[in-house]
Amino acid sequence: MVRKRLFALALVLVLGVATPRAQATSDAKAQVAFGITVARRGLWREAMYRWQRAIDLDPTYAPAWNNLGIAFEHDGRFDEAREAYETALDLDPNNFLIEQNYDLFLEVNDRVNQNPR
Amino acid sequence: MTVSTRTLASLACVALLGGCATFYEIPIETPLTPKLDISKFQRVLIAGFISGGSEDVDANVETARLLRSQLRRNSELEVIDAEVLPLLEIASQQARLTEREDGTVPDGFATAEADDPEDPIGEDDSMTEEELEAYETIFANVGYWRDLGEEYQNPLILTGSIYFSPHARSGMVTREREVYDSFGRRRTVPVRTYRDRRGFVLSPKFIFIDGETGATLYTERHREEILYDASQNTPALSSYFELMDRLLPSVLGAFSTQSIRGTRTLLK
Repeated sequence: MVRKRLFALALVLVLGVATPRAQATSDAKAQVAFGITVARRGLWREAMYRWQRAIDLDPTYAPAWNNLGIAFEHDGRFDEAREAYETALDLDPNNFLIEQNYDLFLEVNDRVNQNPR
Repeated sequence: MTVSTRTLASLACVALLGGCATFYEIPIETPLTPKLDISKFQRVLIAGFISGGSEDVDANVETARLLRSQLRRNSELEVIDAEVLPLLEIASQQARLTEREDGTVPDGFATAEADDPEDPIGEDDSMTEEELEAYETIFANVGYWRDLGEEYQNPLILTGSIYFSPHARSGMVTREREVYDSFGRRRTVPVRTYRDRRGFVLSPKFIFIDGETGATLYTERHREEILYDASQNTPALSSYFELMDRLLPSVLGAFSTQSIRGTRTLLK
């Protein structure tokens, strides 16, 4: 009887912690998906807002950081783009697509750094 | 399974896969800010260039002509129509004046002038890049550029030096060779061969000068080369344009906002 109660208590605790986290990830995914939809229509400001919202909801969600990096790059905000890409890579170091985006960004960034202004 | 059932099944698969896609390629256009703050200038003067190397191409006139036409298309600055200055001659005259006043010959001039004292400019294919560099002292002559700027109401002045010269190099190169296997299938294999190659080297230095003060605002140096098979006979002028094509985006980037187009992958 005591074991059953302890098990129930543990279950409640685990669910109590896990559910909001799962909810946050799910909400972050929804924000990211919406951001992609609007970015594909050229609405980059809205997309950037959505991806920033996704990061607020779940800062460990690598795709949101990756997409935000792309949005910053598109906006010419190179320092912020670098930070976003590097965070995405820290969170998901084996993701080939993030790595590819980051490499392409570095090429562009090299050209910008030749800029004397 | 009938054809229509198969088609429907395929469409369903495609829709399912499409709906589940976790990444999307998206084109982006990254803006590059101009290298120079040219907000105070409304006009640009492509003054001319000190040039040397090949006699087949008048690099001074060709470069000035090319930059003028590119800037008319790609910049908001008004391009001044003026005679292209024979800058090498002017630099040479200035050096001789210095020589008379100081009794000294600036480094490099003695070599360039030794062949023919009557033609001290030495604009021939024997002039080396180092000899050409000796004439670059003209770019530090603030008074000269300020006077020139005053003549054209203080524009941005673009000048510099252009060394364009024949170039040869021999060595091992990798080439693709077609081979057919016993089944007649064609494939290519890399083969290393020794080749004599000839071509051209283009080494320009672009200098941006404030026409009001005569001071240098920004300098950009490039070096490009192109090599062909020794048997190939490519005209010098077409090689010159091919090499200039490679570095024009960078030069134009000094004047106006350029953008780099690319593709990135959005993740879900």
